[in-house]
Amino acid sequence: MNRVTTALADGAIIAKRNLIKIKRVPEVLMFVLISPIMFVLLFAFVFGDSIDIPGGSYREFLIAGIFAQTVVFGATFTGAGLADDMQKGIINRFRSLPMSRAAVVLGRTASDVVYNVLSLIIMALSGLVVGWRIHDGILNALTGFGLLLLFAYAISWIMAYIGLIVPSVEVINNAGFMVIFPLTFIANTFVPSENLPTVLRVFAEWNPVSSVTQAARELFGNIPAGAPEPTAWSLQNPILYSLIWVVIIIVVFAPLSVRRYRTMAHRR
Amino acid sequence: MPDIIEAFGLVKHYGEVKALDGLDISVPEGTILGLLGPNGAGKTTAVSILTTLTMPDAGSATVAGADVLKAPGEVRKRIGLSGQYVAVDEHLTGFENLDMIGRLYRLGKSRSVARARELLERFNLADAGDRPVKTYSGGMRRRLDLAGALVAESPVLFLDEPTSGLDPRSRIELWAIIQDLVSRGTTLLLTTQYLEEADRLADDILVIDQGLAIAHGTADQLKAMVGGERIEVTVGEGEVDAAARVLRQFAVGEIQSDQRNRHLVVPVSGGAPVLTQALRSLDAERIEVRDATLRRPTLDDVFLTLTGHGAEESMDEVMEAAS
Repeated sequence: MNRVTTALADGAIIAKRNLIKIKRVPEVLMFVLISPIMFVLLFAFVFGDSIDIPGGSYREFLIAGIFAQTVVFGATFTGAGLADDMQKGIINRFRSLPMSRAAVVLGRTASDVVYNVLSLIIMALSGLVVGWRIHDGILNALTGFGLLLLFAYAISWIMAYIGLIVPSVEVINNAGFMVIFPLTFIANTFVPSENLPTVLRVFAEWNPVSSVTQAARELFGNIPAGAPEPTAWSLQNPILYSLIWVVIIIVVFAPLSVRRYRTMAHRR
Repeated sequence: MPDIIEAFGLVKHYGEVKALDGLDISVPEGTILGLLGPNGAGKTTAVSILTTLTMPDAGSATVAGADVLKAPGEVRKRIGLSGQYVAVDEHLTGFENLDMIGRLYRLGKSRSVARARELLERFNLADAGDRPVKTYSGGMRRRLDLAGALVAESPVLFLDEPTSGLDPRSRIELWAIIQDLVSRGTTLLLTTQYLEEADRLADDILVIDQGLAIAHGTADQLKAMVGGERIEVTVGEGEVDAAARVLRQFAVGEIQSDQRNRHLVVPVSGGAPVLTQALRSLDAERIEVRDATLRRPTLDDVFLTLTGHGAEESMDEVMEAAS
């Protein structure tokens, strides 16, 4: 077997191991699935009527933003999982085995896609309950979900790298929030970015979370007819711009994470 | 016989701390080397370098013919490791843990499954094999971890403090398993801070302290280094200092006294007649002798003689309870 197939085969073994945990500790899954429902309901009912979207409904506008935010938050699971493996010492067992050096991280990012698929399904269902609809065909909608997953997968690699650096699971949760909160809030996720003050607006326009959200809105057909055309290139070509980010993130962070795994100091 | 583990001049510093300071190790094929030393002596660092987990700052090593620095992947194919801390997934069952390891060693599905069941049987975990490890006791986890190191039947095994944290009964069980293993021809490097453990299991003992080897030999050779015998007495309340004064005339080395337990250890030479004389002298001074023995030196005595400090005081009590 060459290096790529070895990595995939070993990664699959690790992913399977991670997924068994879902079966054994269903509480984790409950939490993963309940928080998106909570987000959908909170924003829909608390802010639903106080934020005005010209020519459209806030709830429809909102859902893609919540999708994006939730899948990005879901990526912290990757970091937490790896930090936990390190803390418990099982990483050292893996590192002493003749397995691919990429497999532990690859398997972890892969198993976390499953978490994100589940939470997207739950969110879509709760979105439908509060009045969100797909207006642009199922194929486009699936493309939208695919893009959300792909973006979350890329963020997973950033979190994997952080997870392998931090000393404990608690740190990864805090570190994750510090990065992800600004990233998902200074964006068009919950309010239209045109309404933001200049500095924040520019950040929001070029923030890949915005482009992913924009792309999902377009693909779900959730952009109101009278909405102003976005002025930034990133939001005019949200799918392309998002994909560029996905590629950049993976190209940078996958090798970084694997190298970190290979050379990490043995914890004494 | 050729050396299957060879290391020269291993150096590893963690900031200011010199974990290893030029350690040489050689283990002939089919033998057990006991790496003996107190906490922080550098035992775990030595094992993690030899198992490719850590890069040394200087030095070189080969394991089963593969260079640890140049061909770490080859080394990993030829070794099994059970680390100082149990490294099993507690959400998986015992079987799933071993099966996963087997597949990662590329044993293939059917061999991996068969091997997992066989090891569960051998380590007395067959009944618990399909329960999540979360439900296991400390001793069961330790056995499972050790079984993990044996999955691929690697020619070289590294066990880093395999019995630390175990109760006396589990420790004795584990010793039996290790002895059985080595009778099948596996080469084993075992670290321990338990002197009795090294004495009992190892062919060869390398005593290390502060990252350096301070003695090397069989248990008997090391004991011979300190020579003679030891008289141990327990005396009455407040009589330790008086007893030490009386016993000084018989001592051929430094007397160790323990006020709290009213216990003295006196290195002597001359055997039983010396004990008789010593007891007469104590009696003449009206010092109450509650217990007295004459014994051959232990590895603890070796350690004290070589380093000026004990391996680990509290362990003596555990070991006494175990034996």
